[in-house]
Amino acid sequence: MGRITLENVTKTFGDVTVIPPLNLTIEDGEFVVFVGPSGCGKSTLLRLIAGLEDVSGGQIRIDGEDATNLAPAKRKLAMVFQSYALYPHMTVRKNIAFPMKMAGIDQAEQDRRIEAAAKALNLTDYLERRPGQLSGGQRQRVAIGRAIVREPSAFLFDEPLSNLDAALRVGMRMEISELHKKLATTMVYVTHDQVEAMTMADKIVVLQAGVIEQVGSPLDLYRAPRNRFVAGFIGSPKMNFIEGAEAAKHDAQCIGIRPEHLTASASDGQWKGVVGVSEHLGSDTFLHVHDTGLAETMTVRVGGEFALHHGDTVYLTPEADKIHKFDAQGLRIE
Amino acid sequence: MATQHSRSAARIMIAPAVILLLGWMLVPLVMTLYFSFKKYLPLRGGDLGWVGFENYSRFVTSSSFWPSIATTLTLVVSVLVITVVLGVLLALLLDRPMWGQGIVRILVIAPFFVMPTVSALIWKNMFMDPINGLLAHLWRAFGAEPIQWMSQASMPSIIIIVSWQWLPFATLILLTAIQSLDGEQLEASEMDGAPPVKRFWYIILPHLSRAITVVVLIQTIFLLAVFAEIFVTTGGAFGTKTLSYLIFQRVLESQNVGLGSAGGVYAIILANIVAMFLMRIVGKNLD
Ligand SMILES: Nc1ncnc2c1ncn2[C@@H]1O[C@H](COP(=O)(O)OP(=O)(O)OP(=O)(O)O)[C@@H](O)[C@H]1O
Ligand SMILES: [Mg+2]
Repeated sequence: MGRITLENVTKTFGDVTVIPPLNLTIEDGEFVVFVGPSGCGKSTLLRLIAGLEDVSGGQIRIDGEDATNLAPAKRKLAMVFQSYALYPHMTVRKNIAFPMKMAGIDQAEQDRRIEAAAKALNLTDYLERRPGQLSGGQRQRVAIGRAIVREPSAFLFDEPLSNLDAALRVGMRMEISELHKKLATTMVYVTHDQVEAMTMADKIVVLQAGVIEQVGSPLDLYRAPRNRFVAGFIGSPKMNFIEGAEAAKHDAQCIGIRPEHLTASASDGQWKGVVGVSEHLGSDTFLHVHDTGLAETMTVRVGGEFALHHGDTVYLTPEADKIHKFDAQGLRIE
Repeated sequence: MATQHSRSAARIMIAPAVILLLGWMLVPLVMTLYFSFKKYLPLRGGDLGWVGFENYSRFVTSSSFWPSIATTLTLVVSVLVITVVLGVLLALLLDRPMWGQGIVRILVIAPFFVMPTVSALIWKNMFMDPINGLLAHLWRAFGAEPIQWMSQASMPSIIIIVSWQWLPFATLILLTAIQSLDGEQLEASEMDGAPPVKRFWYIILPHLSRAITVVVLIQTIFLLAVFAEIFVTTGGAFGTKTLSYLIFQRVLESQNVGLGSAGGVYAIILANIVAMFLMRIVGKNLD
């Protein structure tokens, strides 16, 4: 079980309010991802749930019980830190055993759980090594191993993959998702990488300056962002925003269209522009189009190979039903 | 650029330092060895020729030799234990955010700046004096008979004085070590269910082991040579005669340079034995 409820939780450091009153429910077994720009309070929120910071107001409930003033160890949550926070003087085995040793679990059971975790995480050959003798990905797995042997009611991850290289990150992303499917335990995951958020989450929580901008499934957020901030934050490359006369045609202050919902043509189309930089990724090409009179630059996704070059004229056409409309407050207009 | 030219230039540049250091260390060492094989009595005939190993055998067979070794080791070990234990506790305390932290830290470090002679005299006359000392007043305030520190508790007195001088050093090194501990490790252990005492035992203490090793090794070198504190307090009486004090007495009070030099060579050997033991015990932390 691991249902976490935050009710009017606030956090202030001195006279700086980092989290204004915030309400959120995390259902049992859910994979929830907190995303947001740097400094928006993601880590703070996670640490409040973990009990590493005291709340300034409000209530945190875990499985229905008030946990607001409970010590971190009593909350039955396990945390994986960005720096892994392994104990450098202990072997991998002792690192993984540490929480069980603290809980007074008997030796046979400890060994059983360590073997199981090591097998699941491919650590069997490294059990007698120290963290200093492991690669980044292996350290990450040890940190996860140390978390799972406690059999917690929820896992908390704070940017666990940010110290890994791109290829390893994709691999670990899959492993964590796999682990979630297998354990079916609640996971709360902090990241500022929206690709991680989109691929792993059951539910994404988009934060800005401590305020929840939107909560929903990855595709909900992609299809129907509640406001301009979420629209710009979710999706890569970023959504194109157009203001002024073109937006007024749609009875909106601002309209947004994603790069993948624009088609580019050399001969005809709705908007005319000049090709700037083009980024070739092999499978896709992203064109940055200037001088459209709509926005500074418009980004367009086109097929793998595209015949236009820097300085060529290009015509863009949006898919009419994929245009997002926003009002003067930046809120979505249906 | 490591050309032939720059390399020879570098050699010339560092030559003065190397020569100075060599002279500094080699000349006294060679002179000690030289005199240890001679009968040399400055006020009773001067250089009376080579005597082989006679000084060495006389020094060890003297009835003061083994007691002086025991005293030296007692002093070194006691001060090490006291400074490391109290140093760790003080460092933990100073690491906490508190009001007036800067001033408290300076106060803690202050004893280190007081010269050994001065601090020993202050302790002897202001604290431990059986009639006017602060401690005597304290004892009397509780209706107890003041202790004659220098005669009845001579070794404890010197251990207290020397520990007081070295505690700041230990505290300072251990404090920087504590501050270098990754906060996330402590938080992780807190989430893993370790109460404060276990966090100290399993996380902080292992992290400090390296710093403790450094403190122990450096202090040992200096503690083996403690002299001023003994000279101005008990003058080597009441069982406080360490090896270095014994050597001093042989050379200056008995005016026997040869015998003292042989003692000096024994002191070098003792220092190396102690260092080897320490390396064995704690040195595995310095990988
Ligand atoms: N101990 C503290 N004292 C004062 N302010 C703090 C403290 N911890 C965090 N803050 C402030 O709270 C805000 C949120 O910090 P937090 O670490 O939660 O950001 P974040 O969303 O995790 O950012 P990042 O993606 O860069 O990790 C920041 O503006 C930060 O300066
Ligand atoms: Mg953070």
